[in-house]
Amino acid sequence: MNRKQKKMLIRIVIAAVLLAAVKLFKIGGWAGTALYAASYITIGYDILRKAFRGIINHQVFDENFLMAVATVGAIALAIYEKTGDFAEAVSVMLFYQIGELFQSYAVGKSRRNIAALMDIRPDYANIERDGRLEQVDPDQIPAGSVIVVQPGEKVPIDGQVIEGASSLDTAALTGESQPRDVKDGDDIISGCINLTGVLKVRTTKAFGESTVSKILELMENSSSHKSRSENFISRFARAYTPAVCCSALALAILPPVINLMMGMPGGWEIWVYRALTFLVISCPCALVISIPLSFFAGLGGAGKEGVLIKGSNYLEALSQTSIVVFDKTGTLTRGVFEVSGIHHNTIPEEKLIELAALAECASSHPISKSLQRAYGREIERDRVTGIQEISGSGVIARVDGAEVAAGNGKLMKRLGVDYMDCHSSGTIIHIAIDGKYAGHVVISDVEKPTSRAAIAELKKIGVKKTVMLTGDMGRVAEHMAKKLGVDQYRSDLLPADKVAEVEKLLAETGRKGKLAFVGDGINDAPVLSRADIGIAMGAMGSDAAIEAADIVLMDDDPMKISKAIKISRKCIGIVYQNIAFALGVKALCLILGALGIANMWAAIFADVGVMVLAVLNAIRALYVHKL
Amino acid sequence: MKKTYRIEVDCANCANLMEEAANRTEGVQKAVVNFMTQKLIVEFADGSDVNAVMKNVLNNCKKVEEDCEIYL
Repeated sequence: MNRKQKKMLIRIVIAAVLLAAVKLFKIGGWAGTALYAASYITIGYDILRKAFRGIINHQVFDENFLMAVATVGAIALAIYEKTGDFAEAVSVMLFYQIGELFQSYAVGKSRRNIAALMDIRPDYANIERDGRLEQVDPDQIPAGSVIVVQPGEKVPIDGQVIEGASSLDTAALTGESQPRDVKDGDDIISGCINLTGVLKVRTTKAFGESTVSKILELMENSSSHKSRSENFISRFARAYTPAVCCSALALAILPPVINLMMGMPGGWEIWVYRALTFLVISCPCALVISIPLSFFAGLGGAGKEGVLIKGSNYLEALSQTSIVVFDKTGTLTRGVFEVSGIHHNTIPEEKLIELAALAECASSHPISKSLQRAYGREIERDRVTGIQEISGSGVIARVDGAEVAAGNGKLMKRLGVDYMDCHSSGTIIHIAIDGKYAGHVVISDVEKPTSRAAIAELKKIGVKKTVMLTGDMGRVAEHMAKKLGVDQYRSDLLPADKVAEVEKLLAETGRKGKLAFVGDGINDAPVLSRADIGIAMGAMGSDAAIEAADIVLMDDDPMKISKAIKISRKCIGIVYQNIAFALGVKALCLILGALGIANMWAAIFADVGVMVLAVLNAIRALYVHKL
Repeated sequence: MKKTYRIEVDCANCANLMEEAANRTEGVQKAVVNFMTQKLIVEFADGSDVNAVMKNVLNNCKKVEEDCEIYL
């Protein structure tokens, strides 16, 4: 509790004790009235002052004004009816203040809890000076400095490890609980937590340009993109209070006047009392608080899972996704080349790969790299002699005494070897041993292990259509589309064509549905911004993707897309529940109040109760791990 | 130019009122109150004096919500 809240608590206790004393000891007459007055002023003086100031500053219809009019009205009624019982006015003010105190406490606490979850801001960076570590503000460290990150500390600035090995906990950034191993030479990004060893890191960026700053900036700015529900609530709150005040006035005047015209007694006291009850119900704060809190919790929960959403409007749009369009390379596929097939081999597959890898051992070309990966063992260079690289064709080398030629069709023709062509897509490497054809290896981009499951999951949660866009040739694209289970594909696309395709698909979504485009942020920025929702994946450390996209998936697992949609639906569900619940209870109370069934006590309890339940419900949006 | 200020405000409706008040202030292009992170992000109009504008923003905010605070 902060100072303000403590002060309020003391005032509440004093006022409650005074009120209880009058009631319990049945103090009547002037003494009783004086005690009531003391209690009322203790608890309500600031409300009265604020109401007065509000009128002076032309801010008439705020909740202070409502409470002031309601309680002063109740006191006036008590004087008019000569009951001398001011308990109701004092209690209403008391309960209102208790409600406000609870609200500010609960909201403050949940706000801090959520903020703490997302707190990835590093407080300091260690710099070694004269053999001792010194803690420095990360803002003060220029790019190219050497910092030391000890176990248990956050990596403060993006950089490259120059000494040491350790595992990093990236959960705060990606939601991935598996630690990631790093050693010297590896790039590391800020916001990860160093788990095991001491690392020396040469910073590659200033703090302000580092991943952690970009993410923090994104989160802080996320409220500038307000969702339609939030805008609805602020507009509603602006109209609601004056509307209720006018109805209260009407309720106080019209029925008695009609009664009088019909020749019956007016019953002014009853209708004025009902009108005052109306005013008590009319505070909109309970409603206004729970909606942004739900969105905030939803954004926080998504962030925890490695899904950064740039604003609640995107969260809202995501929940209505009907078409998901994927870029192929880097999104559904790894964008890394791997051996995907071995055909027409005359010797065992492993042997063929081994010979090819050995022959290619001197090359650093991605194709050779993937052959070496497929081989999987240490390359024994002393088995290879006489390597000749034939540019644009391949290599010829002696491996274990045999002449091995590995390369494309041109190389085979040159050597006069009869080779078999291949129908698969990808890069083909033919291999000949001592002038005899030994088969070929197909190297192609492979899909991510979870791509198929991710698309099936999207179908399951009700996404109507999935489309794959690719620059590949038709046959390759068709093959991949079938394998992954996407509904449609568009092949042979240049980057500019992708925008046109997305525009065509946008026309299909209709008014309700939304189109999400998923890319890796590399050369698809225009498409990311054209789609209703641009989702960039694998964005750890990629500034371009963070800038261009509306939603950023910190790691490159396509399963996160359906997860993000589920998170958004849960959050939007909670928002609608809260709107319906808060408005429903208010409407019910207004009707019961107008009919004289609910009194001021019921009204104030309804107000505080709805607020408590709505806040608790909003917090649920934070728990999305199991979705 | 864009600047971020730490604020203190207790209730969400009051935060909305503050945002309106800040947006009404001359020299402010756009102001956004983030109640959850307790931040006020102000985009200033070109050529306006930041300190003078912020003083007015604070005054206007105080008018609608006495309890609020902006740490300039």
